[in-house]
Amino acid sequence: MDRYDSLSPQPARIDAEPYYHPVADEVPLFEAAWRRRLPVLLKGPTGCGKTRFVEYMAWRLQRPLVTVACHDDLTTSDLVGRYLIVGNDTVWVDGPLAAAVRAGAICYLDEIVEARKDTTVVIHPLADARRMLSIEKRGELVPAPADFMLVISYNPGYQSVLKEIKPSTRQRFVALEFDYPDAEEEAVIVAAEGGVDMELARKLVKLGGLTRNLKGQGLDEGASTRLLVHAAQLAAAGIAAEAASVAAIARALTDDPDMTDTLGDLVRAVF
Amino acid sequence: MTETTGRHLLEHELEERLDALLFASPSHRSIGRLAAQLEPLPRLRQELVLHWAGVAAQTYAEIGHLIASLAPEVLDKLGDAGFESWVLAGLDAYDKHGLRPAMERLRDVDGFRAAAQGARPAAFEEVEVRLGRFVQGLSGRPLALRAGSAAWTDTETIFLPKTLGGLPDIVANRRLYKATAVMLWAQTRYGTFAADLPAALARWTERPRAIAWLSLLEAVRLEACVGRDLPGLGAELAAQRGDWPTILAPMIGRLSVADATVADSLACLADCMESGAEPPLLIQSGTLDPEAALRMRDERIARETRVLRKALGALRGAAGRPAESEPALTVAPAADGVTLEFRIEGDVVTLPPEAQAAVQSLVQDLGELPPEVLTPAGPGSWQPTDRREAGTTLAGENPEAIRYDEWDYHRRAYRRGWCHVVEHSLGGDDDAYVAEVRTRRAPLIAQIRRRFEALLGEDRVMGRQPDGDDIDVDALVEAVADRRGGREPSARLFARRLRNQRSLAAMFMVDMSGSTKGWVNDAEREALVMLCEALEMLGDAYAIYGFSGWTRTRCDIYRVKAFKDAYDAAVRARIAAIEAKDYTRMGVAIRHLTGLLVAQPARHKLLVTLSDGRPDDFGDEYRGHYGVEDTRRALQEAHQKGIRSYCITIDRQGADYLKHMYGPANYTVVADVERLPFKLADIYRRLTAA
Ligand SMILES: Nc1ncnc2c1ncn2[C@@H]1O[C@H](COP(=O)(O)OP(=O)(O)OP(=O)(O)O)[C@@H](O)[C@H]1O
Ligand SMILES: [Mg+2]
Repeated sequence: MDRYDSLSPQPARIDAEPYYHPVADEVPLFEAAWRRRLPVLLKGPTGCGKTRFVEYMAWRLQRPLVTVACHDDLTTSDLVGRYLIVGNDTVWVDGPLAAAVRAGAICYLDEIVEARKDTTVVIHPLADARRMLSIEKRGELVPAPADFMLVISYNPGYQSVLKEIKPSTRQRFVALEFDYPDAEEEAVIVAAEGGVDMELARKLVKLGGLTRNLKGQGLDEGASTRLLVHAAQLAAAGIAAEAASVAAIARALTDDPDMTDTLGDLVRAVF
Repeated sequence: MTETTGRHLLEHELEERLDALLFASPSHRSIGRLAAQLEPLPRLRQELVLHWAGVAAQTYAEIGHLIASLAPEVLDKLGDAGFESWVLAGLDAYDKHGLRPAMERLRDVDGFRAAAQGARPAAFEEVEVRLGRFVQGLSGRPLALRAGSAAWTDTETIFLPKTLGGLPDIVANRRLYKATAVMLWAQTRYGTFAADLPAALARWTERPRAIAWLSLLEAVRLEACVGRDLPGLGAELAAQRGDWPTILAPMIGRLSVADATVADSLACLADCMESGAEPPLLIQSGTLDPEAALRMRDERIARETRVLRKALGALRGAAGRPAESEPALTVAPAADGVTLEFRIEGDVVTLPPEAQAAVQSLVQDLGELPPEVLTPAGPGSWQPTDRREAGTTLAGENPEAIRYDEWDYHRRAYRRGWCHVVEHSLGGDDDAYVAEVRTRRAPLIAQIRRRFEALLGEDRVMGRQPDGDDIDVDALVEAVADRRGGREPSARLFARRLRNQRSLAAMFMVDMSGSTKGWVNDAEREALVMLCEALEMLGDAYAIYGFSGWTRTRCDIYRVKAFKDAYDAAVRARIAAIEAKDYTRMGVAIRHLTGLLVAQPARHKLLVTLSDGRPDDFGDEYRGHYGVEDTRRALQEAHQKGIRSYCITIDRQGADYLKHMYGPANYTVVADVERLPFKLADIYRRLTAA
């Protein structure tokens, strides 16, 4: 019965340094939280570097990283673990959360609001002073080692009433707020990630800024850093910058034909 | 056409025929006059007019009426064939842009004739929405577009001519609109008004010539600025203008360098004026009104000063100081070195948000806070300024009215029992309206329904049930493991399919204020029809109420559909009966409807408000900042009761108070009323997507 360690996933370390360009004091804050064993909540619009930041911190702190993309069918068993039948035997297999706890890893639950409410509750005892994971099916209480850290993310821009994070959950976390970086820093990121020169990167960032001015005026969100990187990558692959921007930015932001026209006007203004 | 020859119809005959065609037109009364106008026409033309008026009236009675009334003039100017294409262009405008643009298009007979002859001017309405969004994108702050007699800006609004016809075809004229708007935006962005222009221009006696030269010189400088930041746009401007007039050649270098300012333009202006030359015309440069821009700045300063002084007066009152004594007020930079700290008698006080914004704006305009803006406003200024003007007396008080508190941001306290609400059921017996919308909008309804279908999602499988139509493998495996391990296995080994349970109640609050009269009201009603058609499919509980009123003692709420009502003929007739009434006191409507929504058993509760601009009421200060703060407060109260709210504003100017009033993530501006019917349903879909 206790052969779980052979079947359970072994969280892996990140060997190569992920590219991450700090934008404020998020690195020392995260480190301090990790040292004081506090869980962290990352808030911010889509594509602003949250996932990348966690990867970078895991590398920096030399911890394995376990990432779970939450979705509405994610059950407690999916997180904590379940029995499997192997031959004539039943074998317990840790879920990613349990594996992360045992390994003293950083466990990153991405887009926590997507998970079902009853699922979120299992992280409560892990996220407060108890730092325990309760595996009910095995009657086991796993204390989290000092190195273990829980990180969750959520995008407050989400508008659905059915997707709010409960106060009892959010008040367990230290919150780091992310936003798109200043123009010059964002250009550095776009140049590095997209493989283009600074001149083109600056133009793409300028375009990003113009689209963000339209937020709430017909666009739900302006272009994220991710979209700017995509446009840069297309351009680096030989597509003309204007066409790359229309495909990766304008069309990705909206289906509304009028809005696409306006975004096209802005693309032409920049290039 | 019934008959094309014979004697021409007499006035009473025409009146009878017109009456049959135009009975639905609101301007129906003037049919006698129409008939008289048409009487002198030959029979052939009379029949032509009746035919087309009838065709148009089937689309919209009012258009038919307009066509008949303009017909003599149009036939005279354009001939029979021209008349027909004029009608068709009007109907086309209706299909594409709606009633008002269609009516304007038809009234602009001369514009139509010019277009028919080749040179078609572009109209402001055609470019307004797209250009407005473009400028919003460029500037990142609300810079309104308005039609005016000339192209200029006062730094808060860009005024553009109603039509632009300087270039040979319509596409070029639209581009000209864009170039002109961009140049005016550039004036506000690149510091044209940073210098004291009125003083600088006072040197010259020939003021119009000086202004024309300065606009031109600034156009050179600004185009270079735009070109540096937005090369594509710069190239477009350059292509539009062609070569610079040669007379400018010696100055272009100086004005185009990166650090050129308006001072360089003023220096060049001196040379130009002394040379005695007339300024060449630049089609896209717009003009300057330095006094208006300055006035706007002064008004802004006066306004912000008033806000600040009032807030300080209120704080002093709240601190219990006798109003007459001069308080010891000090202002110093706070510890962070950025914000300012205010102290009254040594105590640090916190300014309300609007006063903080005023401080920021004043510091931007003036560089510092001069002492006079820091004198608190006189005694008693924090008192409610609700003067009981005519019609606001409490005499007509209704004993059945429910009373609600209202938030007074000056006092930072509620006025107790301040607003009187009466709920009415909207009367209506027009059952044809909804049927008509359903038919006319059938494709859109089908499209919305298809999108809503996705919300229903998959059925959910409930595991670990004592019985069900499937075996829950997870549970079974566990049970086997438990038995082997000597523990008692669970008997809940089945899975059952359940229909997705949304448990959602939505309240729609619809603006019935006077300003919605006409196409906003039409759009609201159509939007509600689409919404009901789609919501019926989902099975969410929903209610629809209208609101309007006249002062705080008469806040009217109109029931269109209560939660318990089915979407039946009575509800459909009430949707048809939604009409523009009086004012918009929003806070109290939110409070009342929130109360109804809270009583719903659903797990998730959503309040959607639909309004067409600022909260506003008669006679008191509700239309100002007060109303914005009260509305904001009412939404916060709703939030505390577990209600999520979402506000849809049909406000072409998309003003900056919205973000403050609604909270950044919780509203949307629909600039294009035509799209409201689709938008409303679509917003609901997004808000409630699982
Ligand atoms: N500060 C940064 N340093 C390096 N790369 C960045 C940074 N910010 C954004 N990026 C780039 O943007 C891309 C998107 O970032 P990421 O996937 O981390 O976004 P996210 O915030 O997790 O978005 P979502 O909420 O949609 O999951 C990254 O792949 C990376 O290329
Ligand atoms: Mg991510």
